[in-house]
Amino acid sequence: MLLIHCPYCDETLPELEFAYAGEAHVIRPEDPSAMSDEEWRDFLFIRTNARGPHFERWRHVHGCARFFNAVRDTVSDRFLLTYKAGEPRPDLASLEAAQ
Amino acid sequence: MSQFRIPGKGRVDHAETVRFAFDGREFTGLRGDTVASALLAHGVHLMGRSFKYHRPRGPVTADSAEPNALIGTSRGPGRFEPNTRATVQELREGLMCESQNRLGSLSFDLGAVNDALHPLFPAGFYYKTFMWPRSFWDKLYEPVIRRAAGLGRAPSEVDPDRYASRYLHTDLLVVGAGPSGLMAALEAARAGARVTLVDENPEMGGALRSDPGIEIAGQPAWDWLDGALAELESLGVRLMNRTTAIGYYHQNMVGLCEKLTDHLDTIPENAPRERMWRVRATRVVLAQGALEKPLVFHGNDRPGVMLAGAAQTYLHRYGVKVGDRAVIVTSHDSAYHAAFDLAEAGTKIVAIVDTRATPEEDLRAEARARGIEVLTGHTVTDTKGRLRVASVTVNPVEGGRIGAARLLHCDCLLMSGGWTPSLHLFSHTKGSLQWDEESRTFLPGRMTEDCHIAGAGRGLWGYGEALADGAKAGAEAATALGKKAGATPLAVAHDRPGTGESHKELPTNRKSSRVRAFIDFQNDVTAKDIRLAVREGMRSIEHVKRYTTNGMATDQGKMSNINGLMIAADAVGKAPPEVGLTTFRPPYTPTTFGAFAGYHKGATFEVTRRTPIDAWAEANGAVFEPVSLWRRAWYFPQGGEDMEAAVARECLATRASVGIFDASTLGKIEVAGPDAVEFMNRMYTNPWTKLAPGRCRYGVLLGEDGYIRDDGVIGRLGSDLFHVTTTTGGAARVLNMMEDYLQTEWPDLDVWLTSTTEQWATVALNGPKAREVLVGLVEGCDISAEAFPHMSVAECRVAGFPARLFRLSFTGELGFEINVPARHGLALWEALMQAGEPHGITAYGTETMHVLRTEKGFIIVGQDTDGTVTPEDAGLGWAIGKAKPDFVGKRSLARPDLVAPGRKQLVGLLTEDGAVKLEEGAQIVLDPGQPKPMKMVGHVTSSYHSATLGRSIAMALIEGGRDREGETVHVPMPEGVVRAKITSTAFYDPDGDRLKL
Repeated sequence: MLLIHCPYCDETLPELEFAYAGEAHVIRPEDPSAMSDEEWRDFLFIRTNARGPHFERWRHVHGCARFFNAVRDTVSDRFLLTYKAGEPRPDLASLEAAQ
Repeated sequence: MSQFRIPGKGRVDHAETVRFAFDGREFTGLRGDTVASALLAHGVHLMGRSFKYHRPRGPVTADSAEPNALIGTSRGPGRFEPNTRATVQELREGLMCESQNRLGSLSFDLGAVNDALHPLFPAGFYYKTFMWPRSFWDKLYEPVIRRAAGLGRAPSEVDPDRYASRYLHTDLLVVGAGPSGLMAALEAARAGARVTLVDENPEMGGALRSDPGIEIAGQPAWDWLDGALAELESLGVRLMNRTTAIGYYHQNMVGLCEKLTDHLDTIPENAPRERMWRVRATRVVLAQGALEKPLVFHGNDRPGVMLAGAAQTYLHRYGVKVGDRAVIVTSHDSAYHAAFDLAEAGTKIVAIVDTRATPEEDLRAEARARGIEVLTGHTVTDTKGRLRVASVTVNPVEGGRIGAARLLHCDCLLMSGGWTPSLHLFSHTKGSLQWDEESRTFLPGRMTEDCHIAGAGRGLWGYGEALADGAKAGAEAATALGKKAGATPLAVAHDRPGTGESHKELPTNRKSSRVRAFIDFQNDVTAKDIRLAVREGMRSIEHVKRYTTNGMATDQGKMSNINGLMIAADAVGKAPPEVGLTTFRPPYTPTTFGAFAGYHKGATFEVTRRTPIDAWAEANGAVFEPVSLWRRAWYFPQGGEDMEAAVARECLATRASVGIFDASTLGKIEVAGPDAVEFMNRMYTNPWTKLAPGRCRYGVLLGEDGYIRDDGVIGRLGSDLFHVTTTTGGAARVLNMMEDYLQTEWPDLDVWLTSTTEQWATVALNGPKAREVLVGLVEGCDISAEAFPHMSVAECRVAGFPARLFRLSFTGELGFEINVPARHGLALWEALMQAGEPHGITAYGTETMHVLRTEKGFIIVGQDTDGTVTPEDAGLGWAIGKAKPDFVGKRSLARPDLVAPGRKQLVGLLTEDGAVKLEEGAQIVLDPGQPKPMKMVGHVTSSYHSATLGRSIAMALIEGGRDREGETVHVPMPEGVVRAKITSTAFYDPDGDRLKL
């Protein structure tokens, strides 16, 4: 069972308290009606499916209930970073250098 | 005293005998024996039959790696366990056990015909043999394979035992209480760390328990052990014996299975049989030691052929000689010590057959001094003996040539092919393995977790090195924990470090087709099978494993992996590290399902949610059904009614007068705040701006993909307050979805979301008499048809309790839903029952609710929809606020495939014969005469018998269904094709007149 750091509670807690919530930084368009079918398809369905560091969302559902973002390596299952929703996408190169 | 027991020797209690039965025959053993040691003390080696060839087999090990001696153990109904290793099952008074995998008796097994036919069962024979004719599969091949497959007999009764489960947090977890593990625990505990030490054996001490001649710090090994264990206890170390670390998971979580009662004569009342521990350790020391490798030669599987180290364990731990005349065959020094120890115990050592040309001179000199013949540079080419080894053929090997044979008579053959570090748990962490050419073993490489590996687990042989390495690991772990630690050196006398060589098969002069040299004893995989697999194109070791089944038995390759790899590597023509090992996976040893399930069985399998009215339903004879985690009243049978009769009565009473229904499980979410209406506009398809406070509306929630996710009636209680209801199963999902949008897409909206599902008890009152029942109980609200029309909501008091009162209907009748604080739910229900008595008020359950809503064509999300149904498909196009600029899913409703013609649409279906009820899920075709596979155009989603209409009714999703209204479709069923007509879904009161009462 993974241990996950909630950036809102500032606590590292067991995975049981959290729920996975899909890829991060997929932003709902301001005006969906202005999107072409292809653009809308990409927003709905096309995901990174990374082998390695992956930007993803988690929810501390059995805690503070907040959604937050994380960078997790899909090969090692190791969290490189968690950060609050709305914060900019961190730079991967500097993250990996820090590891 | 049994023939092979040495008085006074071993860790067993010679004063206490324990009776047990094996295959119906009574035996006695000693307290502290295992089943295997007790049987060996009686000279019984034959303990099982092999899986494929039914060859007679005896124990090869004295530990949990045992592949052969598998037994079924029993202590009464439901307490039967198959595939227990006789080498680890401790004796208890009255233990009943039986051998496995035999047809007939253990000594005369009819299944042994497979052995004579072995050329017919090569590697992969399942894949090759049962291919044709196709018609033989169902009737012949599959039943035969199923009967032959699997080991042991699965118990059929419910397991009456309890299994416990606990969490543990510790600074340092040490796995394995041999010399390295003990030292690691000691050093870390001395430095002040909280330490947990686990070992799968009943007694701690590891290999030292099989080597009492060692001296540590001037003390005999066992005295030193007593002192070390006492010190650990005084330092507060948690010592857990009979506890196996079964898996090593992320971030230093280790699963432990602790066996608590299998060794006890009687089970203390309510004592759990096993306990699963989930341990989170800051540091972990793996001190699992090493596993001895068998040698691979023709006939290496007869009973009486055993690992030399196992013989040493039987001797020193249990005081049992494994035979009177032993031949030792070895490629490693360690077997010499087993030979010397056995010689001292009175076993005649016929010869030590060493595959090496020039073994250590010290050992040869000691053998000479003891009068033991050492045959260097020899191989084994044959063994004889039907149920027990009786002779061994050995030959000198010079320059690759096999010399003249010599026959050695014996009653046991003790082998050692050297030692393999036990790296199973380390492999669970995805730590890399590194091939060490010198020792020809894999050693731990790169670590991925905060762990240390000590002792034989990283290829250090000899007690001096193991103790020192354990101390070092303990000190390192303590330092990492921020403690001050040092490793105390210990003097070791009479140490037995030893070196050896590693082989693939031993050389032989037999025709290759006549060599049966076993690698995986349990699965009967021979060296020839591995070579055949490689010849037939398997190159990856994972493919070789699956093709031959090597390493797939209950021992999971503990005996066979390295030997299999050596031979595969040789056959492929690559170095062993290039071929690589198969992946070790948890659990380390077979673990009961009970231990994994823990408390999650029976009534505590999962949470049961009950409404405030549940107790009334139970007292009034309700039959319940599970709906998500809730248990809901299904129907209320009276006077021996079956379900059909009860539901018919409930339906008719509701339509004729008044029915009462517990709707408390409906999900409820309070949406509040200045931007509540904007939030609702964005979430739901419907427009909410113009919905006045005091009114409610049926809302549809889509996913962003445009498909229906949930629905429910939503009441507006104020300009900034909505009472949202959801489906019973969808409440948590809907709240999660709302929170997601609110927190991450629209954080600027000033809205609060609160789950109130369990705060409100909800009672639905339906039927033409509903208002008459309710009116006397309501204060603060005029509920007349004029003042409180259909789809109204008000805050008032009902039966004296504060209430949110809705006028709505899921039945098509005049209906009210009364929400009161949950603690008053039962009192409200009882007040309504009393008020309704003059009208014959009838409690109804979920089945009647379904019939009534289907009669009206109301959908259930998840039953009539399946995640691919749009509002238009479901006939709910009217619920879409087309003028709204945006809502969740709106853009998708214009996706090309969602506006394409021919989508499945929800329609009504009436069978031609109203007595025939369609099966829900049944497939629908247009032309039943078409060739198979037929084109299926849809399926039945809801189907009930309607007492009101006196016939069956159904809803279905059918391609272009609404345009086909009036057409006849066909539902092919095993009993014949059912004809049905497509209709509208409004079967009853299509104009809704009854709502207007």
